[in-house]
Amino acid sequence: MSLFKRLFGRGQDAPRTEAEAEQEEQKVEQSLEKSRQGLFGRIADLFSTGEPITDELWDELEELLIQGDVGVETTLYLVNRTKDRCNRVGAKRANEAREMLEAEMVSIFQEHVYEPTMQARPYVILVVGVNGAGKTTLIAKLAHRYSKVFGKKVLLAAGDTFRAAASEQLEIWAERTGVPVISRGQGADAGAVVYDAIDAAVEQDVDILIVDTAGRLQAKYNLMRELEKLRNIIRRRIPTAPHEVLLVIDATTGQNGVLQAKAFRDTAGVTDVAVTKLDGTAKGGIALAIAQDIARPIRYIGTGEKMTDLALFDSQSFVRSLFARS
Amino acid sequence: MRHKQSLIGIKRVGQPAICAGSPSLAERPFLARNRHRHLCYCIPSMVQGFDASHTRRYNSMYGSIITPHVRGWASVLLPSFSCWFARVRKIIDCNTMFESLTDRLQTVFQKLGSKGLLTEDDVREGMKQVRLALLEADVNYKVVKDFVKQVTEQAIGEAVLKSLSPDQQVVKIVHQELIKLLGEEHVPLEEAKPGPTIIMLVGLQGTGKTTLAAKLALHLRKNHKRPLLVACDVYRPAAIKQLESLGKQINVPVYSESTDERPPEIARRAIEYARHEMFNTVIIDTAGRLQIDGALMQELNDIHAVVQSNERLLVVDAMTGQEAVKVAETFNEQVALTGVVMSKMDGDARGGAALSVRAVTGLPIKFMSTGEKIDGNTLEAFHPDRLASRILGMGDVLSLIERAEQLYDEEEARKMEKKMRKGKFDFEDFLNAMEQMRKLGPFQQILGMIPGMGQLARNEELVDEQRIKHIEAMILSMTPYERRNPDVIKRSRRERIARGSGMKMEDVNALIKQFQQMQRVMKDLSGGDNGTGRGKGKKGRRGRGGGGPMDGFDPQEIMRRLGR
Repeated sequence: MSLFKRLFGRGQDAPRTEAEAEQEEQKVEQSLEKSRQGLFGRIADLFSTGEPITDELWDELEELLIQGDVGVETTLYLVNRTKDRCNRVGAKRANEAREMLEAEMVSIFQEHVYEPTMQARPYVILVVGVNGAGKTTLIAKLAHRYSKVFGKKVLLAAGDTFRAAASEQLEIWAERTGVPVISRGQGADAGAVVYDAIDAAVEQDVDILIVDTAGRLQAKYNLMRELEKLRNIIRRRIPTAPHEVLLVIDATTGQNGVLQAKAFRDTAGVTDVAVTKLDGTAKGGIALAIAQDIARPIRYIGTGEKMTDLALFDSQSFVRSLFARS
Repeated sequence: MRHKQSLIGIKRVGQPAICAGSPSLAERPFLARNRHRHLCYCIPSMVQGFDASHTRRYNSMYGSIITPHVRGWASVLLPSFSCWFARVRKIIDCNTMFESLTDRLQTVFQKLGSKGLLTEDDVREGMKQVRLALLEADVNYKVVKDFVKQVTEQAIGEAVLKSLSPDQQVVKIVHQELIKLLGEEHVPLEEAKPGPTIIMLVGLQGTGKTTLAAKLALHLRKNHKRPLLVACDVYRPAAIKQLESLGKQINVPVYSESTDERPPEIARRAIEYARHEMFNTVIIDTAGRLQIDGALMQELNDIHAVVQSNERLLVVDAMTGQEAVKVAETFNEQVALTGVVMSKMDGDARGGAALSVRAVTGLPIKFMSTGEKIDGNTLEAFHPDRLASRILGMGDVLSLIERAEQLYDEEEARKMEKKMRKGKFDFEDFLNAMEQMRKLGPFQQILGMIPGMGQLARNEELVDEQRIKHIEAMILSMTPYERRNPDVIKRSRRERIARGSGMKMEDVNALIKQFQQMQRVMKDLSGGDNGTGRGKGKKGRRGRGGGGPMDGFDPQEIMRRLGR
């Protein structure tokens, strides 16, 4: 990505200085260290030689991608596309094919990228996901990013009223970031919390309202319906909101991640995806599978446990760091 | 005679559910008729609107499912459920664990079954599909490879291909290999004598350790232990608070200190406290950590060094992908695990993690956990044979019966049985039966445990708990006299009942009509099943699914016939 685009091309939440951008890129690279040592490293090895391309090479690639949680369907798609591209261009050697593979991966990610404008005020972000995906931590990171780095006025809503001590968890994070939070404690109605939060957001004239929700497995019909209800409540107060519905997915998830993404997209109207815990996995291929299957862009990646461990997703640098060799 | 016929039918079927062939069923003589009866009689008590079309539909869909006992079950259950499910909802993806793996495997076996005689190529082609299904279920790549190789080798043997029902033999091999993969038999929790038994829960972030700690405590308390929960997660904000509030919910004491303390110290003092206060089991909830985080992994070792734990259980999220194996391996290297617990099994995860972790690390899976609620039904002891059956869509009658046995009041059930036989089953009993049924757990889960019913539970209709509430409301709006004598409920009484329960007149009419039908059916069903169960003089009922609830079910007999 060109420097210009990196600095100015992605709306308000893009890194502002070159140093910041570089730092971010480094973080992504570090967090993908494991993936690189693992399967994607092996793919890179596979394609680093000048050997002629053979059928075995493709078979091996297929195997490695599946092991990397890319999923059978996406793997087949990827391998076939790369094969085609190689044939078209007339690539004969493995190291030439690698470029084709990288390009195909990038195109999977980029198909649905859009530029977030974030012009609405309050800009409402609804954060959804299954249990234990890392929603609350991601919200803390977002709050930190928006309030500390970009100087926005942020308000949090503790919409997880189900899990024990979930609101306390958000409150503690809020205190650390110095951002106010609307909370009603456990057992309250999530809809009421959201309602209050929007009132407060309008009244206090905040820039960004981030709504936490309880984790729910996508197969639970009623809980998914509840999410719809939350959306409706928000929409009733602010017709254009929620401006962003962020789905949080744990990078260690397997093919279930695709089902999650589809279900949340269909009921909660997910607009963007955040992949968390990327530093803990040697695979991370689920990002590819999701991007391919649900037609929504991956926006953020969580790269660690600290509040600053959040990076904007950039497909090119992501793919590049997947294959980079130290 | 009828018994024999249904067995002959079995040989021809393409359905893979080989209940009778599964050793687990036949090896357990306690499946004898009497054990079933209580359950069976309570379930028909829910039957409403049982009519020929239900039966026909059932027969066309499941007529080929094997044993008479299954048919008995289903003939009773299907109509009763399809009533509850009255309103069909469109659902995203209904939740029975292993659903899609099960479906895919079933398709493969169905295809094999439709071929009659199998050639080596057929089997190989089938196994290719099995391989894909397993891979998509996130089963570890290497595990899949070995598994498919094992099965193929056995399946293309002379004996299998030349046998009368080669497809069933293949399913049987897959079943056995699955059991092997999952670890042959149930491994119970270690117990230290003298106590306290110390259990450490470890795992990645967000796998559900804290929730599981509470569930485990409840489970142990039900088994007459005195558990103490210890909060050692000093890192995640409000983690201690979470455990404390869960502890309060289930009434189990929680030992906690401030977040400034070091976890090993907290653990040490907690054990002292447990000794002093005579707790015999201590469950230590540790912070989630990445397996690559050296410092935190060392901390686990420190805790273990201080408390000398008896069990170190790794909590694995059922939705984990190919990474699961790596995580388990590293944790095992670092802290010498004693077992694994699968969590979030109620999602539509295909559970590949469960299959792989055990196979690669050799660690026994001790429990599986479903749902966020902390109650008796959400933590199950892990039985490899039962799970293997569930994966293959063969249901899990054993778990269902065990659960029923825990919950059923035998006296009550016997009384009801008597009443039913006489056809003197009234709304009071109906209410009662509904209550008992509800104790078993969500209807869907129950359905999924019954051989061959899994698909139905998922795809066809959804249990509408709302409707059950409505029915309850209507019955509760009746006077005790009306409940005991449903016949007296005429127009004006119906009007009153409708008003009282906030329902419409039509609803009350429908309820009473269904109830009358049910009474009739029940008289029918129980009338034939008077102990000998050899089905005499029941010609008229053939169309209703062939027999009483457990008619002619004798596992040993079936095994003998199938075993050839």
